[in-house]
Amino acid sequence: MSNAQIEIQLIASIVAIACAIPGTFLVLRKMAMISDAISHSILPGIVIGFFITQDLNSPLLIILAAFSGVITVVLVEYIQKTGLVKEDTAIGLVFPVLFSIGVILIAKNANDVHLDVDAVLLGELAFAPFDRLLISGVDVGPKSLWIIGSILILTVTLVIAFFKELKVSTFDAGLSASLGFSPVVIHYGLMTVSSVTTVGAFDAVGAILVVALMIAPAASAYLLTTDLKRMLIYSICFGILSAISGYWLAHWLDASISGSITTMLGLLFLGIYLFAPNKGVIAVLYREKQQRTEVLLLTFLLHLKNHTEKRERHVNHLNEHINWQKVRSKTILDLAFKNNMILIENKIVSLTEKGDEFTSQAIDYIITNEDAQIEDMKDDFFLFRG
Amino acid sequence: MTQKIAVQVDDLTVAYNYKPVLWDIDLEIPEGVLMAIVGPNGAGKSTLIKSILGILNPIAGSVSIYGKSYEKQRSLVAYVPQKGSVDWDFPTTALDVVMMGTYGSLGWIKRPGQKEKKAALEALEKVGMLSFKSRQISQLSGGQQQRIFLARALVQNASIYFMDEPFQGVDATTEIAIINILKELRKAGKTVVVVHHDLQTVPEYFDWVTFLNVKKIATGPVKDIFNDDNLTKTYGINYKVSIQE
Repeated sequence: MSNAQIEIQLIASIVAIACAIPGTFLVLRKMAMISDAISHSILPGIVIGFFITQDLNSPLLIILAAFSGVITVVLVEYIQKTGLVKEDTAIGLVFPVLFSIGVILIAKNANDVHLDVDAVLLGELAFAPFDRLLISGVDVGPKSLWIIGSILILTVTLVIAFFKELKVSTFDAGLSASLGFSPVVIHYGLMTVSSVTTVGAFDAVGAILVVALMIAPAASAYLLTTDLKRMLIYSICFGILSAISGYWLAHWLDASISGSITTMLGLLFLGIYLFAPNKGVIAVLYREKQQRTEVLLLTFLLHLKNHTEKRERHVNHLNEHINWQKVRSKTILDLAFKNNMILIENKIVSLTEKGDEFTSQAIDYIITNEDAQIEDMKDDFFLFRG
Repeated sequence: MTQKIAVQVDDLTVAYNYKPVLWDIDLEIPEGVLMAIVGPNGAGKSTLIKSILGILNPIAGSVSIYGKSYEKQRSLVAYVPQKGSVDWDFPTTALDVVMMGTYGSLGWIKRPGQKEKKAALEALEKVGMLSFKSRQISQLSGGQQQRIFLARALVQNASIYFMDEPFQGVDATTEIAIINILKELRKAGKTVVVVHHDLQTVPEYFDWVTFLNVKKIATGPVKDIFNDDNLTKTYGINYKVSIQE
């Protein structure tokens, strides 16, 4: 690997980490679309900052862009608060307007500089290593690495310092307010960090990929864990994984790096969406099938419990009595037998002690809906896992 | 007998979009009562609690907790929001939710440690949920979630407890367990304020009641003021028949 290749992967990875952290909280706060809005509406801030400083890497650009990001959030909330339109409509109204102001400003005044709409939307990671930061004549690395690196350090510091405040205000804003952790302050803090991160990242990876890097890793992590810290760590890992594999995909296809990273993010999410152990589509379908079977099993056991007369419990006539097809009757009969819940003597089926107890407990649970009754049954049966 | 006043509300008016939902409320809650706030839907019951706790900003009036503003007395107050106000799919465990009750005493930045964890475990034990401490909160039943919320308030070790419909969507066993804990709190000299819907259980559960419907209708001991007259004034229909049936 050449130096430039290592630098590109390093920048992509750091951008991925810096995006995954605020992204996790945006996903949990159901504000994913806000990141889309911010990523577009920072454009006028960047353009105005550029007109003032004539330097694309000036910190003023970041400050102004972050400011226009926060203004987006304020405007969206203000329009929404009037009750005349819903939140998604408000988002759809605000950011295109701000973005188009930026587009017009560029077209009118900045046609001759390296600030065009394509670069804003898609970024160009491949060129990042060419723009070096020189400190008293010494090359210390690509400028974008320094910018996004500083933003990452800021983000990590903030998330470590205010982890508990972020958690409580995201989970329960009412409690957070009553405890004295103003949800409004935390909300705008998060919006500011998201805006700053977006500005720092968009130069390298473009506005669309920023959204993907914020949302996709967090959404994937959400399907895999039930712990906030782990969700953060998983998001970060998924971000890095997609960044590096995306880079090599682009290398292999000779295609856009940011496009390839986004593709990898999409594939990663698809894989987890399908195969996640508990929340994945396949796991859910499997569980539903199990539950259906167990409801049938219970119906069967209840039938045995309710009927003492032999003709109701004859193996060959069971299906007629419960009105099931042969295959289904056989499956359920086998399942009950395998679990030692029934005995078959002379083709007459009867409940074992275990089967009898299980049926009573299960019926109790269904009638009272009290969890204590079935605590010890939960491991055996899907039906009771909620 | 002169009782200390735990919560004093003066001329409180709260509006959403310029439409008052609470109008000129004067209310004194004496120390050590177990009080129900009753009233029809949209009467402003939750709004009253949220305004006392500084979650909503009133357009007029003031609130004091033991004579001082809420901001100065936060540590004396615990709050149980409506169960439906949070996302139970949030990635966290029962123990972690209870720990959130300790955040207030920690203040900004400082993290919970062993002491806070111990307090949270004790609170979980009190509500009978210790064996569920590592359970992800979406895996809990409605009644269990409510117990977790109660444990989170207990861990705050407050003097005044505000609870927004703690009996909503819970089974009978949980309802009894919760009311027993609330009665214990009162016995320990705490003040408990509960937004309540089930009028039938008011005389059995509570010793103090406030009737609310945008305006305050009445407040006082259940035995003195929980009558058909006040119920009719609050709900606008004759309650005589329905209560006696």
